[in-house]
Amino acid sequence: MADISLSALGKSFAGAPALHDITTTFKDGEFVALLGPSGCGKTTLLRLLAGFEMPTTGQISIGPREVAHVAGNRMVPPEDRNIGFVFQSYALWPHMNVRRNVSYPLEIRRFSKAEITAPTDQALQATGLTDYADRMPSELSGGQRQRVALARCLVSHPDAVLLDEPLANLDVALRASMQTVFTDFHKRTGATMVYVTHDQSEAMAMADRIAVMDKGRIQQFDTPQTLYERPKNRFVAEFVGRGTVVPMRGVEKSDSALHGHVLGTRIAVQSGDDLPSHVCLRPENLTISETGDLRAKVARVTYLGGKYLLETVADCGTRLLAETRARFDVGMQLGLTITTPWAFSEE
Amino acid sequence: MGVLTKNGGSRSEGWLLSTILIVAISLTLAPVLRLFVEGVTDQGAVGLSLAGEVLRQPSTLSALKHSLVTAGFGTLVSVVLGSAFAFLVALTDLRAKAALVFCLMIPMMIPPQITALSWTQIMGPSSVLLKTLGLAPPLGSPQPLYSAQGIILLLGIQHMSIIFLTLRAGLRAIPQEVVEAARISGARGLRTWWQVVMPLTLPSLAAGTAITFVTALGNFGIPAMLGIPAGYATLPTLVYQKLAGMGTSVLAEVSILAMLIGAVAVTGILTQRFFQSRQRVYLVGATSRPLAIPLGAARLPVEVLLWAVVCTILVLPMFGLLATSLVPAYGVPLRLDTVTLQAWTEVLLRQPVTTRAFANSFGLAIGAAVVLMLLCLPLAWLMERNPTRLSRLFDSLLDLPYALPGVVLSIAMILLLIKLPFTDATLYGTIWIIFLAYLARFFAVMFRPVQASLKQLDPAMGEAAQSVGASLFQRLRDVIVPLSAPAAAAGAILVFLTAFNELTVSALLWSSGTETLGVVIFNLDDSGETAMASALAMTIVLVVMALMVLVQLMSRRFPKGVVPWQT
Repeated sequence: MADISLSALGKSFAGAPALHDITTTFKDGEFVALLGPSGCGKTTLLRLLAGFEMPTTGQISIGPREVAHVAGNRMVPPEDRNIGFVFQSYALWPHMNVRRNVSYPLEIRRFSKAEITAPTDQALQATGLTDYADRMPSELSGGQRQRVALARCLVSHPDAVLLDEPLANLDVALRASMQTVFTDFHKRTGATMVYVTHDQSEAMAMADRIAVMDKGRIQQFDTPQTLYERPKNRFVAEFVGRGTVVPMRGVEKSDSALHGHVLGTRIAVQSGDDLPSHVCLRPENLTISETGDLRAKVARVTYLGGKYLLETVADCGTRLLAETRARFDVGMQLGLTITTPWAFSEE
Repeated sequence: MGVLTKNGGSRSEGWLLSTILIVAISLTLAPVLRLFVEGVTDQGAVGLSLAGEVLRQPSTLSALKHSLVTAGFGTLVSVVLGSAFAFLVALTDLRAKAALVFCLMIPMMIPPQITALSWTQIMGPSSVLLKTLGLAPPLGSPQPLYSAQGIILLLGIQHMSIIFLTLRAGLRAIPQEVVEAARISGARGLRTWWQVVMPLTLPSLAAGTAITFVTALGNFGIPAMLGIPAGYATLPTLVYQKLAGMGTSVLAEVSILAMLIGAVAVTGILTQRFFQSRQRVYLVGATSRPLAIPLGAARLPVEVLLWAVVCTILVLPMFGLLATSLVPAYGVPLRLDTVTLQAWTEVLLRQPVTTRAFANSFGLAIGAAVVLMLLCLPLAWLMERNPTRLSRLFDSLLDLPYALPGVVLSIAMILLLIKLPFTDATLYGTIWIIFLAYLARFFAVMFRPVQASLKQLDPAMGEAAQSVGASLFQRLRDVIVPLSAPAAAAGAILVFLTAFNELTVSALLWSSGTETLGVVIFNLDDSGETAMASALAMTIVLVVMALMVLVQLMSRRFPKGVVPWQT
């Protein structure tokens, strides 16, 4: 188990930059999710940690050991890093049965028969695979394959476990149950885990902290709650939750409270900045009331089960999302009140 | 060192890739380069005077003309036969297609000298088969195959499989929707054919034609068996006769001839590449159900006709060969009281030359298959994982020793190995020169199937092993080799098949004691021992067919693109 620290890490592919200047630390025993749209560099970052790619700049340390340092021309190959990796395609070896797939990491370390059997049985049991030990990977279902992949990286007690969109190939029901498997696994082993996903609900459900990535940079690295409630910039506000970002003018500070003009109305806002420029409006910041200052027209209604999601267009043309228990029809006029949204400064 | 910085996988991978790549390049491309250097120098100095002299000789010019005529018309025969079969097999609802395809592959796998020998056994005045049937022409009438027409016919039959395979692959890539779209737009019958199917197949037909021409041009067995008795020399037989008659003193001269063949061949190869690249552009991404045109009432007659052709070009000559191998002396008709296994026992058990040749050919073929497997497996995997500029260049050139005529490669090998650099030792006249030539020539035969299967392998397979701590050697041994073993096995069998039958390379490189089976059949026939030559040829045909059946039976376990006749 170990901290993972990255400093000034960058990677280019044939001159095209994929990651810029990443400096951060994943703490020992932490479950970190790397979240972002496709092409944001999250998988590249994971492969740099594993050692499958070599960074173009910067350095990586796992625990006390420096595993990659470009300036010092130092690169520890993946096989010597003691990390576990769970692939999107599972990457089970089709010519080995479940037991051999799981015990292979120990075989490599030239352990004795007994030293191999006990931990293998333990790993199979922990992942509920004891009954499938003699099957071939082709005879398993998607969820079982994923558990074999997990058992394989559990067996050798890696310093960190890296997971590359491990649930992307599973159906929705199986995803939920596999999330429990991952969080249980994390609790039991206390391993540092880095989990790549483009699904924010997955990240929110499992991770201690989420690094939201875009265009090769970490935009914000915080707990799920902080990310949702106190986004740092427009990208995070829009990507996490259903935030609409609108500009704010005439900001005034009085007795530790901030006020400003948003969409033509003057409201109180919360912010970490002294002079925020934008606010993030989420459904829970908007209340529907006849007397609301903000007039809007319903453009689309989606039933969410017990409540409705209204897509409304304000008079100024801004699209706002609101939730309600009452039913509205498309084209209806309504009034909205904004209650203390989160504000941030964005150039 | 560029390898190391591009990929973080592991330093040992970069190191191993460079090492194997250097070995592979010196094996395959060094001889070709050496020949080129010989061609443009004259007694150590750069000059083209000898080249000009050789190229002006009347024998060179007539051999060049003969080569172009036989290869050109032979290709035409191949195109007619091969494309007729390809269109019918690929586009219609014929029955027993798999059997038909398998039979059509046999001519390509049977060595050309055996094809020539078997056909001479069903024609001419001393044909045992014709005599037995009472159909033989009177003694003294000429063997009709000892002529340019005979060479053309047999070259055409030998190489029809190439046209058949390339065209069939191209036809199968045409999605049914293309034809359906034409019909819905109002095109009917031959118009669809002419305006939609033909334009789409033209690139693969052109590519197949070009490579058939190159192969026919480099063919040695057929013009040697049929042309030499008739005094009709092509470029490969001219090189052979010069080298056999005057030894290495004419090495500089025959190098020029080899260069000439090589130049014509390279033109053909470039034509083929051009058309093949055009074909890819045409049908990218669009493969659904292939075309299947119902033949209706014409189906049975067409099937009968196709099988009749297969019988004529395949089964009949084999019967001729068998008949000749069962008579006590050449020219005796085959009857119940004359049938004997004398030739078989003599050639398989008594003749020291043939036993030696069996040992040599077996050893060379197995050795080449094993060495190439050991080289190609790691090389193909490393090239797939860490593509460097050098590896990509090698990838585009590694077919050259196989595509170039065997005569060219043999001369190149002699030039390279007749005097080993920095020593006085020579490999010329030893079995090692044949072995090295085989490694160069059959490199592509092994490499391509392995490469095809590794391209389909999830890169995460190797990475998963790497992440749990497996070293490069352990990854190769435990993951990569087992997963690509079926393809490697298919490649090894193909190398064995081709090497076991090979004549062109060994005809120029053999010496007493290092005869191969191809050379022995050629020499037996040359010295009039036709019955023994036929028995030996029959044995080889049986070995070839057994191995082909083996590959066919295993073919379901291979990834796509590994078995050459299953595209």
